[in-house]
Amino acid sequence: MSILAYNGGCVVAMRGKDCVAIATDHRFGIQAQTISTDFKKVFHIGPRMFLGLTGLQTDILTVRDRLMFRKNLYETRENREMCPKPFSAMMSSFLYEHRFGPYFIEPVVAGLDPKTMEPFICNMDLIGCPNAPDDFVVAGTCAEQLYGMCETLWKPDLEPDQLFEVIAQSIVNAFDRDAMSGWGATVYIIEKDKITERTLKTRMD
Amino acid sequence: MAMETILGIKGPDFVMLASDTMQAKSLVFMKDDQSKIHRLSDFNMMATVGDGGDTIQFTDFISKNLHLYKISHGYHLSAKSAAHFTRKTLADYIRTNTRYQVAMLLAGYDAVEGPDLHYIDSYGAAQSINHAGHGWGSMFCGSILQRYWNSKLSQEDAYSLMKKCVLEIQRRLIINQRNFEVYVVDSKGMRKMEAINPGSLNKESISLSW
Repeated sequence: MSILAYNGGCVVAMRGKDCVAIATDHRFGIQAQTISTDFKKVFHIGPRMFLGLTGLQTDILTVRDRLMFRKNLYETRENREMCPKPFSAMMSSFLYEHRFGPYFIEPVVAGLDPKTMEPFICNMDLIGCPNAPDDFVVAGTCAEQLYGMCETLWKPDLEPDQLFEVIAQSIVNAFDRDAMSGWGATVYIIEKDKITERTLKTRMD
Repeated sequence: MAMETILGIKGPDFVMLASDTMQAKSLVFMKDDQSKIHRLSDFNMMATVGDGGDTIQFTDFISKNLHLYKISHGYHLSAKSAAHFTRKTLADYIRTNTRYQVAMLLAGYDAVEGPDLHYIDSYGAAQSINHAGHGWGSMFCGSILQRYWNSKLSQEDAYSLMKKCVLEIQRRLIINQRNFEVYVVDSKGMRKMEAINPGSLNKESISLSW
């Protein structure tokens, strides 16, 4: 079995009209055994930027800490907020630095550009190959199911409340077909003037 | 998975750890008073399972470093910070060719942060948790802890819950873990409680024929 599926979990991000959404499940397990049901894999790393990490839990924590260190150093040196695009580029090069001994994670970045308020989503493989489409990105043990749900429900120019409904239905119905993910979910909707966090009650089996 | 068992329960103002005291080498029972719960500082303790030498070596490394921190900074680390340091050390070691094969539960009490119980595995995966276990024995305890744990648990309740778990281990696990020592940490510090063994349990409750 892949080491990326040792702890389980999933993250999905979507673009809407002047907004983005990112959602995570709550499961932390060791193979088939669930250890905890309050491990959120999405981290609030900037005023309008979120980072979701799936894969090996130890590497999720390590990469989160090391990326925060680099981001804080950048912001101190440049004396300005880091935008999602350069953050993704920085993460890509960080992951490729470990090309022959990688961190076993699949990251997702979602945010709004602080200047233009342009929505931005991006995901990568474990060695930092970036992909920034204009619809949605998925990661985790139920990535296939998430692709199916997103492909069916997503359409361009969704308003924030519609986007919440689409991403919530996508993640819930995707991880209900996966034993390694689930046990509750959290959705973050990022708009230019506010961030909404909603916790979803889901099947707990 | 480890042959030994450790268990942890977090209450509203304390954390309780239990561990068996078996030391085995291959099929042979070597020792029945091997302590697996180690004192890290006045308000932090750690229960470890894994490779015999690694558990002692690693726990010593962590406790000496926490002690060094206390000497050089004048205050001791909270359970959360100690768990972060422990996790980081393990996570750095998995990418070397001398990794530590240890899994642990780190329990601590902090006047500001309150009680904290951390589940840490040998890869460095860590999570703050209400009840947890490591080793084969813990496979029988997940459902008991899930059923009876609640956020207002008293120390007496936690101790009897620990007894329930030990009972189930001694009843169902083929590995002979006859003695469990119990420690608790709260606002008054860390102290040892009465051990759980067949002497403190009645024979009928261990028996499989009812």
